[in-house]
Amino acid sequence: MNGLTPIDLSTIGRGFDNLALDSQAVFRLALSAMSRPGDIQELTAGIESPAGLHPAAGAVLLALLDQDTRLWLSPAFAGGHVSTYLRFHTGCVLVADAAEADFVLVANVSELPALCALSLGSEEYPERSATVVLQVEELSNSAGWPLSGPGIEGAKVLRIEGLDEGFVTQWRQAQAEFPRGVDLFAASAGSLAALPRTTRLEA
Amino acid sequence: MFQTVDKTAPGERQRWIKLLARAPQPMLEAGLATVPGQPRTWLRRPETGLLMVQGRVGGTGNRFNVGEITVTRCALRLSGGTCGVAYVQGRSHSRAEMVALADALLQVDQFRPILEASLLARITAFLDSESAAMTRKAQSTRVDFFTVARESGGSDAEAADS
Repeated sequence: MNGLTPIDLSTIGRGFDNLALDSQAVFRLALSAMSRPGDIQELTAGIESPAGLHPAAGAVLLALLDQDTRLWLSPAFAGGHVSTYLRFHTGCVLVADAAEADFVLVANVSELPALCALSLGSEEYPERSATVVLQVEELSNSAGWPLSGPGIEGAKVLRIEGLDEGFVTQWRQAQAEFPRGVDLFAASAGSLAALPRTTRLEA
Repeated sequence: MFQTVDKTAPGERQRWIKLLARAPQPMLEAGLATVPGQPRTWLRRPETGLLMVQGRVGGTGNRFNVGEITVTRCALRLSGGTCGVAYVQGRSHSRAEMVALADALLQVDQFRPILEASLLARITAFLDSESAAMTRKAQSTRVDFFTVARESGGSDAEAADS
């Protein structure tokens, strides 16, 4: 149980203007991103996300979180305005241990925890795994890793600014656990791309 | 779960929130009409949910769940940055909005004296008259029980001895 934590409401930004319609629209975009891995979706939700939180990442979390989901925030966000903002608007549960979280919000690529240390789900319930929302500087389809797997027709490349070979190694390690694994949303300021656990990075 | 950081005197805000939450809607409308309209931003649009009410018989003993009540809540921010919150019983979104607006305006020094007179004083008078009427109604059916004091000594003591 969370105790009473006084918060200063004047520091909290606006959430979705129309809770039902806006969160459905963002959910639809997130679903499109997951079902067509590597496709970059433009996402402009009219939310006042706190400093440091990309509007696209904020919108996805506002659409997906509720009081039954556990959220882990990377050190740059923990305990700050981002945590109060998400707690106020979604009522989500914050956890200190990334391994317990359903959603993992990572402020920048340098704070990405080891993927295999996150919740990978179980063999019976692989969907109970963590979903990572990673904030990145830029997403581009013009260069980068060739992607293959379900939902990708022909050739597709995705470049996530800041991720290196180390990430590819980790991604493959997590994929070796299939059907367990993690799914990842990469969000830049106004766009969103997804890497579900079935997508292979050919780097 | 959330409290706003109080910039007003301690207890002051609790006092008016308690009054506003019990105010009838026409009284809120009339009171808010006495101050100029303020542009506002929704932090949380009015939403209706259930709240479990707990009770405790006689103020002691274990808590038990009395039942659920319908509660509507919202939070808004005035253009000056002052925030108001409302948790009111019932499903009326407009009433929750008015309560939140009144809460925000009461935190602004410029409007507090006006609203104290046009809103809070009237709500207080209304609630007092309600409770007085309730007391009168209860008084009319009151039954006073009393126990006759037993005289000291006497036949009871003798009966116990035999």
